[in-house]
Amino acid sequence: MKVVKDLYYTEDHEWVKVEGGEAYIGIADYAQDQLGDIVYVELPEIDDEFEQGEAFSAVESVKAAADVYMPIDGKIIEINEELLDDPALLNEDPYENWLVKIEIADKSQLDDLMTSEEYEKFLDEEA
Amino acid sequence: MYPYIPNTKEDEQRMLEVIGVNSVEDLFSDIPEDVKLKRDLNLNSSMSELEVAKYMKKLAESNTTIDDLTCFLGAGAYDHYIPSIVGHITSRSEFYTSYTPYQAEISQGTLQYIFEYQTLICNLTGMDVSNASLYDGGTAIAEAAFMASNITRRNKIIISKTVNPEYRKVLNTYAHLQSIEVVEIEDKEGVTDLEELKKHVDAKTAAVIVQSPNFFGIIEDLEAIGEIAHSQKRTMFVTSVDPISLGILKSPGSLGADIVVGEGQPLGIPLSFGGPYLGFMATKKAHMRKLPGRIVGETIDVDGNRAFVLTLQAREQHIRREKATSNICSNQGINTLAAAVYLVTLGKKGLREVATQATQKAHYAFKQITKSGKYKPLFDKPFFKEFAVTSSIDADKINNKLLEEKILGGYSLEKEYPQYKNGILYAVTEKRTKEEIDTLSSILEGII
Repeated sequence: MKVVKDLYYTEDHEWVKVEGGEAYIGIADYAQDQLGDIVYVELPEIDDEFEQGEAFSAVESVKAAADVYMPIDGKIIEINEELLDDPALLNEDPYENWLVKIEIADKSQLDDLMTSEEYEKFLDEEA
Repeated sequence: MYPYIPNTKEDEQRMLEVIGVNSVEDLFSDIPEDVKLKRDLNLNSSMSELEVAKYMKKLAESNTTIDDLTCFLGAGAYDHYIPSIVGHITSRSEFYTSYTPYQAEISQGTLQYIFEYQTLICNLTGMDVSNASLYDGGTAIAEAAFMASNITRRNKIIISKTVNPEYRKVLNTYAHLQSIEVVEIEDKEGVTDLEELKKHVDAKTAAVIVQSPNFFGIIEDLEAIGEIAHSQKRTMFVTSVDPISLGILKSPGSLGADIVVGEGQPLGIPLSFGGPYLGFMATKKAHMRKLPGRIVGETIDVDGNRAFVLTLQAREQHIRREKATSNICSNQGINTLAAAVYLVTLGKKGLREVATQATQKAHYAFKQITKSGKYKPLFDKPFFKEFAVTSSIDADKINNKLLEEKILGGYSLEKEYPQYKNGILYAVTEKRTKEEIDTLSSILEGII
């Protein structure tokens, strides 16, 4: 399963790419693989605020639907509208196709997340 | 007559032997003696089929129906003409069920009429998608409120008091159990008080719900109300409509509605003591996935033949049940079919004809009833097929007098709107004749 370096990961298989005070959030390769063909992505609205662990999006495949949880507190500043038209992009490249961009509320929460190395280990244990 | 139990004493004995007990009583030996009844049930003796039929007929004859009376009562249920083809098609055995299709794709006929019904409702309301129906106009409003609350993630619903009081009761009951706050806006001279509405719409408002023509029969300024609703980002504008009125009025979709609901009873469904009726619900494509119920689509099968499939159903109802906002998964099947047959029988022109006749006759009745000045208009606003008048005479007294003359009078507004004492709401459909209306007004003139 593909794991991209220098991203943060959660146990629910979300990834976080930090850029200054902002971050992109998406779902990991493992998550898209488990879901199968993705047919629908529900995204929040700009300015919505979420706390760590709160569901902010839902991804639906032909066989299942899963919530996507916010890895850290933050406010939505951008959503990836391309996914609304073409949800299958998540299957093609889950790291290139982020879900939302947030304004980070509390950077210290990043410590709660896994590094890419830790996530790789986590995946090995999961398997 | 002997009760229809085919087992003989011998059969009984053989069964008891097989399971190893001596008597039927032994089967109940676990039940303590002192709680046993020890006598026969106090029931009437059995009747033959002929006797039952006679008895039921006698009971039925003690009803007075709108076949015996001239009906000027509306208030949410209307005596419109039902073309005979509606009954013929809905009673065909292939269709005769009120229930949802199981093994749906095998029920191509059912899927086809749901598809056609949804298409018709979309055309009528000016919306993109319709579900396969809800229980009635009241539950449709409650479902719309949940849907709006779910989409906006807010829990305040604003509803005008000009919405049918029964629908508001249904909403309040449901909302209470879902921790949704319901704010009711007073009416001003028979329509939603827009100033009052403005004061209550805020960033917590999930939806503004109005009805037009409203409970008093008056056409609300939907455009203005929609603007107030949409003054808050994401707040949804929900309208409840009389589908017949859409034969002549602008569609709610073209006036900015986000969700359109209503009672489908006027579309070929008999009054029948208040139900079963039909709730319809339509919305914009953007909210399709939050629509309770199901959507049927048209496609082609492997051989290229036209075919129908259950295309979409809110995923929450199956694979994420804990997130479901609605338990609606069946629908009012047979009434959906009735509405579809009604609408295609009438066509665009026919529906316009029904709507025009109802309006013109209602306005004629209004003029006749109010011309002497004994009955005064309660409101001075444009109305569709219902209007309210008031007088110095008690509404129940008027209705009792009318009933003596085999006329089913109007709805006494005082029951739900104490401020409109002696107010009566009359409904006039295309079925009423000039003679019937003239008789009504002359009897009303005579009441002292």
